[in-house]
Amino acid sequence: MKILTLNFLTCARKLCKSSNTAFPLHPKEADLEIVETEINVLFLKNIMGRLMWEELKGVVGELGLPDLPPTPPEPETLVETKLQAPEGDNTGLNIEKAEVPSQIAKDLHRVLLETCVKEGKLVCGNCGHEYAVREGIANFLLPGHLV
Amino acid sequence: MAKSENRGEEYEAEHVHSVYEQIAFHFSSTRYKPWPIVERFLQELPDGSVCVDVGCGNGKYLAVNPRVFIVGSDRSTNLVKIATRHEPHACVVADNLSLPHPPRSFDFAISIAVIHHLSTPSRRIEAVRAVLELLKPPSSAANLSGGKALIYVWALEQKDSRRGWDEGHEQDVMVPWVMKSNEKAKKEKAQKKGKEEDQSLEQEETASSDHPDSKTFLRYYHLYRKGELEHDVGEAGGEVLESGYEKDNWWVIATVKGS
Ligand SMILES: [Zn+2]
Repeated sequence: MKILTLNFLTCARKLCKSSNTAFPLHPKEADLEIVETEINVLFLKNIMGRLMWEELKGVVGELGLPDLPPTPPEPETLVETKLQAPEGDNTGLNIEKAEVPSQIAKDLHRVLLETCVKEGKLVCGNCGHEYAVREGIANFLLPGHLV
Repeated sequence: MAKSENRGEEYEAEHVHSVYEQIAFHFSSTRYKPWPIVERFLQELPDGSVCVDVGCGNGKYLAVNPRVFIVGSDRSTNLVKIATRHEPHACVVADNLSLPHPPRSFDFAISIAVIHHLSTPSRRIEAVRAVLELLKPPSSAANLSGGKALIYVWALEQKDSRRGWDEGHEQDVMVPWVMKSNEKAKKEKAQKKGKEEDQSLEQEETASSDHPDSKTFLRYYHLYRKGELEHDVGEAGGEVLESGYEKDNWWVIATVKGS
C-alpha cells in the first residue's frame, strides 16, 4: 500500500468518523518496500493541491522516511527544462528544449507512490484499533462488536 | 430464498461475500470491459480529481482514467489483490457499510453493481448513504457544487435478457455462478473473445451447470424496479442529478443535498 493512500484513509468505526484524532492512521511495525512505477509529473502536479500536507508529513516522519518539504511544492517546481537532442537523433546538430521531472518530483514520486507498506499495522489514534496490512493489502473489516 | 426477516449481515456473508472470495479469479477473468455510462463518467472527471470506487471488484474501473486518483475498496481480499495492480490508484479491503475514508472529502464516487447485494431495504439505503457521505458537500459561500456519485444496480425490468425477468417478478433472487474446474482454458477463451465480448452482466454463466467438473455458486441479488434507486438515494439524503437505464441496469448520478 503506497504512502499516498494514507492521506485518504481513516478508522472504519462509526464512532471515530467525527474525531480529528482518527486521521491519519499511524503505521506501526511497518515493513516498507519500494515498488517502482513510471513517474507521472502531471499526476503529481494535479494531486499536490488535494493533499492534507501536514498529515502526510507526519506519517512520512513516523515511518522514518526523509522529510517532505514544509509546504506542498508548487506545480512549476516539479519540472525543469533541459536542452537535449530529439529522440533518435544522434547528429548533435538539433538541440531542443524538453520538460523533464525535477529532483523534487522524483523525490515525491519515490515517497508517495513507490514507497509501500508491505506488512504492518495501521493504528487509529482515537480508538486504538489496529488494522493489519499483509502482502501490501490493508484490511479494514471490523469484528462484529466494533461495527 | 430466505424469508426477508432472516436477511441481513450474516446472510450476505454467506450468500455474497463468501461466494465472491471463492470465484474471484474466475470472476475477474470475465470482467474487463467497462460499461459505457461508467466509462463516460470516469473519462469526464477533471484531472487531479480524488475519487472512491466502493465495491471495486477486480478494479476494472481503475484502469479507465489515470489522470485522477481513485481509492477503491472491496469486501473480497482476492479481488483487491487483483485490483491493486492498477496505477496510480490504490485499493483496500473494506465493508461498504464501514468505509475507512474521511467523510466529506472526495470529488467523486462510484459504486457499480454493488448495492444490489445488500439484502434488506434499510441496508441498501445505508449503503447509498455511506457512498454519499464521502462526497464533498456543496458550498454556497464558495459557489462550489458538491461531489458527485454514480451508482449502478441490476434492474428487475430486463425481459430481453437471457434471464428474462420483468415487472412483477420476485425482486430478491439467487443467481448462479457456474465455475468449471478447467479455469485456464476458460480464461484464455474469455480473453480471446476480446472486444466482441457481450456486455451483459452475467454472460459467463451460460456454461452448463451439469458439466461434471463444474461447481455452481449462488449469489443473492435484489433486482431494482424502476424508480427504486432514485427513492433510495432520496432516503439517504441525496439528490438525483441524472438517471437512466443501460444494459439491464438502473443508474443514477447523485449529489449531497445542500443544507
Ligand atoms: Zn478508531
